[in-house]
Parts: sequence; C-alpha cells; structure tokens
Amino acid sequence: MTDLTALSLIAALDGLAKKTFSSEELTNAFLDAIDKANPHLNAYVVVTHDKARAMAKASDARRAKKGAALGALEGAPLGIKDLFCTEGVRTTACSNILGEFTPTYESSVTANLWREGAVMLGKLNMDEFAMGSSNETSRFGPVANPWRRGKDNSNLTPGGSSGGSAAATAANLCLAATATDTGGSIRQPAAFTGTVGIKPTYGRCSRWGIVAFASSLDQAGPIAKTVEDAALMLRSMCGHDPKDSTSLPLAVPDFVKACGRSVKGLTIGVPEEYRVDGMPGEIDALWAQGVAWLQAAGAKIKSISLPHTKYALPCYYIIAPAEASSNLARYDGMRYGARVSGKDLLSSYEATRASGFGAEVQRRVLIGTYVLSAGYYDAYYLRAQKVRTRIAEDFRTAFADVDAILTPATPSAAFAIGERGDDPVQMYLNDIFTVTANLAGLPGISVPAALDSRGLPLGLQVIGRALDEETVFAVAAALEKAAGFNAKPDAWWR
Amino acid sequence: MTALDIRAARPDQRVRGGASDWEIIIGLEVHAQVSSQAKLFSGASAAYGGEPNAHVSLVDAAMPGMLPVINKYCVEQAIRTGLGLKAQINEVSRFDRKNYFYPDLPQGYQISQYQHPIVGEGEVEIDGDDGEPIIVRIERLHLEQDAGKSIHDLSPKETFVDLNRAGVALMEIVSRPDMRSSKEAGAYFNKLRSILRALGTCDGNMEEGSMRADVNVSVRRPGEPFGTRCEIKNVNSVRFMAQAIEYEARRQIDVLESGGRIDQETRLFDPDKGETRTMRSKEDAHDYRYFPDPDLLPLVLEPHWIEDVRATLPELPDEKKKRFMSAYSLSAYDAGVLSGDTASATYFETVAKGRDAKLAANWVTQELFGALNKMGVDLADSPVSAAHLGALIDLIADGTINGKIAKDVFAKMLESGDAPGVIVEREGLRQVTDTGAIEKAIDDLIAANPDKVAEVKEKPKALGWWVGQTIKATGGKANPQIVNQILKEKLGI
Repeated sequence: MTDLTALSLIAALDGLAKKTFSSEELTNAFLDAIDKANPHLNAYVVVTHDKARAMAKASDARRAKKGAALGALEGAPLGIKDLFCTEGVRTTACSNILGEFTPTYESSVTANLWREGAVMLGKLNMDEFAMGSSNETSRFGPVANPWRRGKDNSNLTPGGSSGGSAAATAANLCLAATATDTGGSIRQPAAFTGTVGIKPTYGRCSRWGIVAFASSLDQAGPIAKTVEDAALMLRSMCGHDPKDSTSLPLAVPDFVKACGRSVKGLTIGVPEEYRVDGMPGEIDALWAQGVAWLQAAGAKIKSISLPHTKYALPCYYIIAPAEASSNLARYDGMRYGARVSGKDLLSSYEATRASGFGAEVQRRVLIGTYVLSAGYYDAYYLRAQKVRTRIAEDFRTAFADVDAILTPATPSAAFAIGERGDDPVQMYLNDIFTVTANLAGLPGISVPAALDSRGLPLGLQVIGRALDEETVFAVAAALEKAAGFNAKPDAWWR
Repeated sequence: MTALDIRAARPDQRVRGGASDWEIIIGLEVHAQVSSQAKLFSGASAAYGGEPNAHVSLVDAAMPGMLPVINKYCVEQAIRTGLGLKAQINEVSRFDRKNYFYPDLPQGYQISQYQHPIVGEGEVEIDGDDGEPIIVRIERLHLEQDAGKSIHDLSPKETFVDLNRAGVALMEIVSRPDMRSSKEAGAYFNKLRSILRALGTCDGNMEEGSMRADVNVSVRRPGEPFGTRCEIKNVNSVRFMAQAIEYEARRQIDVLESGGRIDQETRLFDPDKGETRTMRSKEDAHDYRYFPDPDLLPLVLEPHWIEDVRATLPELPDEKKKRFMSAYSLSAYDAGVLSGDTASATYFETVAKGRDAKLAANWVTQELFGALNKMGVDLADSPVSAAHLGALIDLIADGTINGKIAKDVFAKMLESGDAPGVIVEREGLRQVTDTGAIEKAIDDLIAANPDKVAEVKEKPKALGWWVGQTIKATGGKANPQIVNQILKEKLGI
C-alpha cells in the first residue's frame, strides 16, 4: 500500500471520497509517523491521539451515512500551530508563561476547520509568542528542518515562527497545517521547507482565539504541500467573524478555482528595491527564473519601484513590539498560566514575567515599552505609523500598473540551528522580503521553486492586491507548474 | 490658560486668607456608568451586584486570543448624552489603550478614548450661588472601560479580585475649570446627574458607584492667572465634594501664604477625616503609553444615526423648568424642584392635569416631598399615587372637604395608601355645607358671647375668632366660605 502520509491534501480527500481508505486509517498513519518522527524533528508539542481518532471515526461515520452533509476537509488530518486556542487541548504559544493553560474555547479559524470535517492531530511547535524566525525561541526547544545540507548531518532550522507547521507539512506529519504570519512567519518557514504558505489579506481570517502577537499585523494562513492544497485550506479557514472587529464582512472566493486561472495577460511587477546587498547569487538567479517562467506563461513583466522598502524592517520592529508589549501585559500570573509569587505585587509581577518569558520575548516587550513611552512615542511609534502609510501607498501606486508582484521569499536558504543566535538584527533580516506585505495588509504567498547548490529549497513570493488572493493563487500555481518542484527531503528521521 | 478663564469669582465667593482674599477654581471629571445591559466590549451583564465574578466573559478576563467588540448601544448612549449636553458629536473617534499593571485590570490596559473622544465641547447651565444662571463648559466626553474591584479586607495576606465591573462602560465627562465655589461644583454635579437621568443614559446611583467625580482644585488671588491644580480622587458624594474642595483650597492657600509652592499631584480624599492627602506626585505619575487599540477600528458614526438619536431626545430639565414656569405659572424655585428629575416631573404633571397647577405644585413639593423625605421613601415608592393626590385636590375644589381636613386626609393616605374619597367617607370627614347646622352653631355662639359680638362690630378683624369657633363647633367640617358669609349676615358687619 502507498504511504498515505505522502499524499497531498486534495489527493487524500479524493481517496477518502472514493473510500480507498478511511479517515481513521489515514489518521492512524499520521499518528504513527508523528510518533516515530517527533523525537527527531520536535514539530509537535502536543499529539492528540485520542481526539484525532475520535474525530476521524466521526468523519467516517458521516461519510457512511447517506445524505449526511460533508465538509470541504472531511476526514483530513491537520496540524495546528500552538498559537491557536483549542478547546480542552493545552495551548501555550510555546511560552512558559502560559504554563499548562488549556482553553475552554476554540479559535474561530480552527472551529471553521472542524466544521468542515477536518481532524486534529495535535499542536505544532513555534517560536515563543510567534516571535522569531528560526523556531529557536520555543519553550519546547527548536524544531529540526526535515531538509539537510547534502550529506551534512547538522540540523537546520525550519524557519519561524511557524517552524513546527512547516516541518510537519514537509515531513508528511500532517496533510497541511495552520500557521500565522506577523512579519513572514508563514512564508519564510514555507520557503525553508519546500512547502507552500500563504498569508491572506489582513482581515480575511478571524484573529479571535489566536494568541495575539501584534494585532494590526497578525494573520492566520495555511502551510500546505501544494498551491491548490493551500487554496483549499485557506478557503475553509477564513470568513467573516463578528467576534473580531477587524474581520472583513466579505464572502470568501473559490480560491481553488482561482488556481486554474491563466496568467496570460497579467502584468507582474518586479521591485528593484528587493535586490538587496549580500543576497546570494542563487536567489537572484531564481528570481530571474521566476520572471522567465511567468513571461513564458504569457504574463507581462514590469519593473516597479517600492521606494520605502528599506524602511520596512525598522518600521516593523517598532510597530510589532509596541503592540506586543501591550498584548502580552495580560500574562501577569494573576488568572491563568504560570505564576511565581514574590513578597508583594510588584515582585510577583517581576518574578512571573522574568521566568515566564524567554529572552527574545523580553527583548521585544522592552523595545515596545520604550517606543511607546512618553517622549519617545512621536519619534518612534508615530513615525513608524507614518512610514507604514507610505509603504502601503507604494503598493497602491504599484498596483495601478501591475496585477501581482514577484520577489524572492527569503534572502537565504535555511540556516543551521544556533548559527544566527548571537545577533538578533541578523535574525530580523530574515523578514526583509516578507514584512512589507504585513505592513500593507496584502496577501503574500511563498512557493517552492528550486533547490540551492546544497540541496535546500528556495521560495519565490507573490504579493497581490488587497483581497485579490485569487490572482496570487493563479500566479503561484503558474510558478509551481513551471518549476515542477517535486523534491522531497531524505526521510532521515524515520 | 487665560483663554479658558471665563470669569472671576464674585467677591462673596472669595475665601479669606491671612494676607489677601483668594478665589477657588474648580473643574470636575465625572465618571458616569452607561445604563446598558451588556459591557462596553463584551456581552457579559453590566448589572450591579451579583456573586463575585458572576458577570465575567472570556473577554473581560482577558483570556488569550480574546478580542473586544464595541457595544453599539453604549455608543448610542454616549451620543445621546453628548446631545443632551449640547455638545459636538465627533463622527470619527478612536479607542486607545492606557497601559498599566494592576490585578483588577485583566488586560493590562484600559480601553479608553485619549486623543479623539466621541463627544467634544458642550455646556451645562447651572444656578449660581446668587441664583443667576452660569454656564459650565464641557471639554469632552469619552467612553472607556471600568476596572474590576480589588478587595483587600477579606484576608490579612491576600487580595481578592471581583471582575464583575471590569469592562462596564463609563462615560468620562470633563468640565472646564469654570466653577468658583464648592456650591457651584455641587450644583453642576447635581445638574449633570439630572440631565443623565432624564436622558436615561446613567442611573446616577452614587451608592452603587454609578457616578463618581475627580475634582480639580486650584486657588489664585483675584486678577491672577490660574494656579497649579491638584486632582482629588475618591469623592463619592456631593457633601464630600464640598468638604474636599474646601479642605483642599484652605490647604493650598496656607501653603502659598507661607511662601510655599503647590505641586501638581493627585490627592486622595479621606471621608473619615475630611481631608485630602498625597496619592502620587507628578514625578510618580504613570507613563500610560497610550496608543490606538489595534483590535478596534476607528469609531465612525453615520450622521443620520446621530440625527435619529437627536429625534428621540426627551425634554431635558432646563426646557422642562421653562415650560413649568410658563405653562403652569410656577415660581422658578418650584419649577426647578419639579423638573429636576423625570419621576417628580411626571408625578407633578399627572396631579396638575386639569387642576389648579399652583395648588398641585404646593401639594407635591411641600406636603408630599416633605412627608416622603421624613419617611425616607423615594417618590417611586410613595404610598400616595399621583391619581390619589389629584383626587384629594378635587375634593377640596368641589367643597367636599376644606384645606384643613385635607391635610388630615393626606396623613391617612400616607399611612394606608387608600384613595382620599374612601377615607373621607369612612371617617365622616365630609365638609358641612348644611347652612342650618352652621346657623345653629353661630346662634349658640352669639348667645354665649355677647361681649365678643360688641367687639367684632367695633373691630371687623376679630371675625377670625368667630370663624374658628364656628368651625370648631362643627368638628372642623364646616365650609369656611359659608361660615364667613352667614357670620357676616348675622353679626351685621
């Protein structure tokens, strides 16, 4: 029998529909794979064996029943980033400060997935509070990237913050996974693991029940094996939610159908400002290759300028920590999560937060507190908001002439665990191509396009107009088809 | 600062210091709880009381991933209040986060409106100390969340937290520093309360903390610019407000006259000692790190919504007072008392309808309010309904009873809650209009008092004695007009 875990989401749903296998069989195959692989990859921080089997059986029962309504993801086993609150399943955002916190409620995005019949395999590792680009800040330790540099056995990071989601998808430990993206946390790990990850337009996915990092930037999205799988996942994840004031009251388009659209006649923008110093030649070459593929598919190419790009990263690293410093204030040891008691209230706060938050989270809380302080607010936060407006205007101007923008997804391939631990600014540079879409609220997708000289996957990014995920999917599908990327990592973890 | 300074205190409002006279400058920040079913950003009940932590949603407890959603009704209440204060309604306003740590503030920030409040400048007219109207300008009104309650006295070592109030909607109404005496401050607070109650946007219940005031006080010598102000917190009644202002003004005058300097600070009022003391100095002031709440969109009001609310505004106390003065010919004082709150006004208008309005006003303000006040009963729980009081006035008007008997009947109505007609019949209090009985009583009096007959013929003013004695002889039930008339005939005066 074929390895069920190697199937794409759409192929697996086809198999389930044709009753080639049951959801229970499929789920058990994934649970076995996780049990074998997880000691090596550390992608899951909770595996919900019982819940997964119960959900699979319930799905099979629905399929067996004549006339029963079936969901779009009926019986499909998925992994859930630990940032999503899941009812009755420990949710910690991979931070010590949440202790053994077990929500009594289900995030809107995951509730949407379960309503579509999906099966939950467990909670996926991530950077603490989604702050990181390497999954090294997790309280549960780093995730190993399924990909390695040729014959070199040292473990690489899968990127972050959705490192567990990317690694689990790449290593066939789920059909697809939920993830979140505040500055690139879906697209960068997707690029590092040869998977597809899309961050939709801000407001497409409800943020209700997702542990907040930076409210004005956070968006949920999927990491999947193919562009179509990502489209199917996203369609089930998003939709208007009155419980989130920033959720868009709009109907959800058929993203899967959009994957079949031709790119003929589309104009694709290539922003000169994304040609950064010190970028490996291979990435530059891949970008040129991407341009050529789209041209060959009938798209027109136009060189564009996004002049405020160079301010995006500093702007992001003011706004995101500012919001985070306030969003994380609720973790005070008073009502839930871990608490370290001191001799009085202030010392209890200090002890709880000093032991509960890791170094990177503390760094960002401090930065955020600083930039919002009296006397600094205007120079930092307010100025960053103005820059943010300019960045959004750059895109608006560009999208008057182009239908989508093509850029590299990351300035490098996956790096080794511990390799960039010393200098946070070096780590922040990972987000250089991705943060702009968050600041402007635009949809962006990362598509695996090639392997570098050491055998590591590289991704291309497509950025679209606000609410135009359909064009993004069409261009991504064209790139996927042209690239014919079907490389898989050696399954060294088995 | 001088641009804000609209008037000097009148000489009689000045406070005497050792070396010179001083003016007191007062501004109020009133926190009024919005009358609403649910909290400002969650669906939990905003009702007062309940078991500790019974009215707490996931949002109020700031569980991970929870998000605020604005309660439209609370916004409407703020619009209504703004219109009632003749204020500008801002079609675009915004919510900001005010960040600080405290166990009764689960989010670690209060959602408030810092830079862009929903309501801008307005005004409240009050009666000044000399009875002349004064305008107190409103600077702004904004919506914000209340905090929970920390309870320190249940255990020697622990603090308990009740989040029932956490997230309840408050309106913070900020006045300009336009008041010049504690009496004016009290008048402003009471007027604001009666406006909010008339609008139905705040129940004004001070015992339950629905209305609280922070008082800004400074002093200056006449003709000088404003001095440095201190903010006094924890002022929970109009009486305490007066105490706090007077104590604080005296304290500041003493400091300044002894060559000291007033530091801008927040002070706490201690109602037991009647004094204020330093809570925190300007240096210790929190840095609240205000910034726009990214979980909420700017609050944009459709102009037609504002107009719809305007169309449903009730008659406000000032308009009502004017109408009572013109339509019922009431004095400014009576009109003021009766228009002060909706319940009194409605009661009065029910009694006055189709009757002598001045008589009705007298009965309501003097007899009824006096009695209720003595009994410590609210008008809502009055044993005498407006219909019964009206019926009593009718009995006087049609001559069934006289004014004196009416007071006895009223006393029995207060005790029993019975209709006046029932009491009159039961107690046999119907006025004697039978001239035969009255003539008989007068004939007996004339026969028994020849000296008085002579006296009254000399001095017609002595008729009062005859009237009194005649009514007494009929057990108080004789109609005074008829008695008068027959007496005059029989005595030949």
